Amino acid sequence: MIYAILSLGGMGLLFAMGLALASKVFAIKVDPKIEEAIEALPGSNCGACGYAGCKGYAEAVTTDPEVRANLCPAGGEEIAHLIGRITGKEVASAQRRHVLIKCAGSYDQVGRSFIYDGVLDCKAATLLFGGDKDCRYGCLGLGSCAYACPFGAIVAKENGLPEIDLRKCTGCGVCIKTCPKGVIALVPDGSFCHVLCSSKDKGVITKKICKVGCIGCRLCAKECENGAILVEDNIAVVLYDKCTGCGRCVEKCPTSALIRV
Amino acid sequence: MEQLVLILISTVLINNFVLVRFLGICPFLGVSKKIETATGMGMAVIFVMTLASFVTYLVQRFILSPFGLGYLQTIAFILVIASLVQLVELFLTKMVPALYEALGIFLPLITTNCAILGVAILNIQKDHSLLEAIIFSLGASIGFTLALVLMAGIRERLELAEVPKSLQGAPIALITAGLLSLAFMGFSGLVKM
Repeated sequence: MIYAILSLGGMGLLFAMGLALASKVFAIKVDPKIEEAIEALPGSNCGACGYAGCKGYAEAVTTDPEVRANLCPAGGEEIAHLIGRITGKEVASAQRRHVLIKCAGSYDQVGRSFIYDGVLDCKAATLLFGGDKDCRYGCLGLGSCAYACPFGAIVAKENGLPEIDLRKCTGCGVCIKTCPKGVIALVPDGSFCHVLCSSKDKGVITKKICKVGCIGCRLCAKECENGAILVEDNIAVVLYDKCTGCGRCVEKCPTSALIRV
Repeated sequence: MEQLVLILISTVLINNFVLVRFLGICPFLGVSKKIETATGMGMAVIFVMTLASFVTYLVQRFILSPFGLGYLQTIAFILVIASLVQLVELFLTKMVPALYEALGIFLPLITTNCAILGVAILNIQKDHSLLEAIIFSLGASIGFTLALVLMAGIRERLELAEVPKSLQGAPIALITAGLLSLAFMGFSGLVKM
């Protein structure tokens, strides 16, 4: 009994002393601001700020006066102000953005040239004749972007077109890099019209393979009074800073590739 | 010498701690989603397990056995492992921050890894010498790492496969673990210990 108490107590005391000593010897100073900044950031380590994870940015923004406080697109304005307060830096307001899949070619709209039965990864599917969909510019819909999204904002759907949850999307842009077709783009929050097509094929070809593709007919561009639509390479592009959201272009679009949000 | 090599092979392959003895299943399923983290966890386990078995062996030999305190084995070993992990963590933060970053959360998690305690107790049960104990725990931790990395590799590929809805997530992971375990059963009889 007495031995048990003595030996176990002794061991406990010995280890405790060892640990106390070790914590003194191996103590390192951490700037409390860095801790605060890490707390404030979303902690999803998406890397959209350009640093290796949230910790990397927290260290950079607190120690380097050159690093701006609004680099976290996922956190948006709220967190930019928080970081600004912690580091004592001025915050220029940043426009929030979200991503958009510029393709509406689900399996009912666009034909398929063969049945793809490989791994569910867009990059792998691209290697086979550019994918199973007839349109070589369109979204393959296997969900590489959904797999890459650090916020779970993209869900791969069975109709061959992933869905973006705008409430979860932070505009970090991680998905854009993973898309082999380049159909994902960042658009400003609160924009009115979108062209849901990326096809640079001539109108005749686009019309043949896809029911909702942009055929580059320029009807929308002619209709727009503000010059907010540009047609280049057989595809219409919305200039978001000029668009007033009147919606007249959408009515004119013969294929409904142009939509109003 | 031959004995030591046999111990090493038998703990890595034949009596693999995870796949044959079913110790340390929690991290095996929890940290095997990515090869990178699996390797990190494996390295941390190799490090802590070998060190812990060395210290627990000394504790058993010079404190518990002479005073006839065998019944305190579990609590004493847990005490040793926990403080050892703490010490290693403090040491790494200061001396090798890069390694500390790489191991991350896995280092403190090891404290409650039953495979570590299992190795320490098995060392005593099997009446190993100090050198045998170290080789035994080294083999056990290498076997653990092997199982973890193999599992992570399979699960990374499974991510890209079309798994039936009812089997997605944990069910398919458990089936995979079962098949992997069956495969390791094939090693039994390679060495008789």
